[in-house]
Amino acid sequence: MSKIAEVLQKHQGPLLDEWMKRLLEGSRRTDLISDKELKAQATELLGSITTSARSGKVSEVNGPEWSATREMLHEIAASRAKQGFTSSETATFVLSMKQPTFSAVRSEFAKDTDAQYQEIWAATTLLDKLALLTTDEFLAAKEQMISRQQEELLELSTPVVKLWDGILALPMIGTLDSARTQVVMESLLQAIVETNSKVAIIDITGVPTVDTLVAQHLIKTITAARLMGADCIISGVRPQIAQTIVHLGINLTDVITKAKLSDAFALALAKSGRAVVKVSEPAARMPGREA
Amino acid sequence: MERIPILRMGNYLLVTIQVDMHDRLAMTLQDDLTQQISKTGAIGVLIDISSLEIVDSFIGRTLANIAAMARVLDAETVVVGMQPAVAITLVELGMSLPGVRTALNVESGMELLQTSRGSFARGMQDDSSGN
Repeated sequence: MSKIAEVLQKHQGPLLDEWMKRLLEGSRRTDLISDKELKAQATELLGSITTSARSGKVSEVNGPEWSATREMLHEIAASRAKQGFTSSETATFVLSMKQPTFSAVRSEFAKDTDAQYQEIWAATTLLDKLALLTTDEFLAAKEQMISRQQEELLELSTPVVKLWDGILALPMIGTLDSARTQVVMESLLQAIVETNSKVAIIDITGVPTVDTLVAQHLIKTITAARLMGADCIISGVRPQIAQTIVHLGINLTDVITKAKLSDAFALALAKSGRAVVKVSEPAARMPGREA
Repeated sequence: MERIPILRMGNYLLVTIQVDMHDRLAMTLQDDLTQQISKTGAIGVLIDISSLEIVDSFIGRTLANIAAMARVLDAETVVVGMQPAVAITLVELGMSLPGVRTALNVESGMELLQTSRGSFARGMQDDSSGN
């Protein structure tokens, strides 16, 4: 049976002071967190650890007795991830509690070296586990942030715009992967149905590289659009991409490709029996600009 | 027995699939349609699948087969109104239905049939009026 809870309880005041001193002189980020906030967090955490440790199950940090502490560490880690701390800075917050705790244990069991060793071992195991837990939570919070940003990027980067009655354009930006292509494909096909468009222009000016996988995705999208009764034109093929496509041996002979979006648009207009004509000299000035 | 109705509109046959296609129904449609084409001498077949939400490889193959059979019987086939999900499924199944013509809706499908066979159909009419 560990006496760590009693030690923590008894030495709470000095322990906290010592811990705060360590936190303040260590690699502290004054730009990210205030002293007051740091102190509040430390006090709360120490109180929670003491309560949980009193249950007796000092090493079972995953047990129900430690749920309050875990919750608190989760919050601390999540807020630090958001504030921009590094993972080692976050772990150090918990680990810096070690030395003050050891000092407390040492003064408590000054004569009994066996008990001293035992308690120090118990404390170091506990704090290591808590620090690992904090790091895990920190990483989980970071990962959550990344996946949320990915989702947002996915939504941002696949707009389908209507150029004219029956003509859609899909300006693709960024690297294409399977998940993104799926979204692109679905939104394009949905837009074709909704706007009743016969021609869709896929503009790949913003796509940095085209490999076999990307080309296959493009061909799939074009085939699906054809099955629905719409024609696709690929535009914005840059010279390097044209070279890559030929070197990779990708067969795009069944697909209409144009160098520029404007060329593709002209073709789409022609396909629907329209043309752009110049009606007069560009005499129309902007209303407010007349001298 | 359940059947899919085949409507005749001039020189064209109109098939609207309003129910879930199962394998027997697809085979029946294939039988009925080929019979009707040869009986009526239709020059175009329009299959509206806008209500079809689920498709499998068999249905996809049947659609391709119907188009091929119609071509043998000298009729063009246009499949219209395919849903995005159905199109994606067929592409993922590796079926691009190369011999089948497609259109967005019945209206543009009809237009497609008329323009592709328009000159030929007019020729026939001129012949019959001349007699």
